[in-house]
Amino acid sequence: MKLTRRYRFSASHRLHAPALPDADNIRIYGKCNNPFGHGHDYVMEVVVRGPVDGVTGLVVDMRSMDDLVRCEVVDAFDHKNLNTDVPEFGRTVPTSENLAVAAGRRLRNAWKERFGDVPALEKIRIHETRRNIFELLL
Amino acid sequence: MLITRQVEFSASHVCRNPAFTDEQNHALYGAAANPKGHGHNFILEVTLDGSPDPVTGMVFDLKELKEVLNREVVEPMDHRFLNFEVKPFDRVVPTPENVAIEIWRRLHPHFSGPVRLRNVRLFETADLYVDYSGEE
Repeated sequence: MKLTRRYRFSASHRLHAPALPDADNIRIYGKCNNPFGHGHDYVMEVVVRGPVDGVTGLVVDMRSMDDLVRCEVVDAFDHKNLNTDVPEFGRTVPTSENLAVAAGRRLRNAWKERFGDVPALEKIRIHETRRNIFELLL
Repeated sequence: MLITRQVEFSASHVCRNPAFTDEQNHALYGAAANPKGHGHNFILEVTLDGSPDPVTGMVFDLKELKEVLNREVVEPMDHRFLNFEVKPFDRVVPTPENVAIEIWRRLHPHFSGPVRLRNVRLFETADLYVDYSGEE
């Protein structure tokens, strides 16, 4: 059984690679290179997989899962400026690719500690907008 | 080729296990443990796997799929209190996981030919869904 839960956070970012000249940054990132930044209402889907417990009828303790995802990711990213407020993006461009990697790393470590291997944390899917979706297997 | 049909049903349920205390039920199921029940607009997506028939160009007759879904799921579950009115939820906790398994059990026998039931996806809310494809 696979269970998918959606979480939301709103954050701002600016896509700018300091190693590249300004002209290249504008060419590569377009509007996302605006020096003042811009924001999104991100949706993050967390997918877990495991057997359904015969007594509880649950694949995962969802309250515990919600608590973990909120502590590790939502509270750290929600209503934040990703470039300045989230340590992972001090030197790394906060594209949604990198955002997925950062969220995945936070979740994987905490998940192992709380749930072990069952249920398995299978993947996350970050919706930057309705049109741009990034999926990372964990 | 995979084809997916979506149907909706609205039902109430209570998630609590009589073997547990009130505190344990609340710790496990949260607000869903309220003994009086609460409801959802469940959205069910059923995915079939098969090849388009060379003559009709169809994987499966969608009218027939609609009838099967209505007969096996929508009619028995829509506007019902699952725990009291739909078996086996008199003795099985109607978590979304268990509702998805029960829907799979009801639908699976209808797809024993070249077209197979591939997946049952059940949305309890827009923010929570489960996928079941017959695994143990």
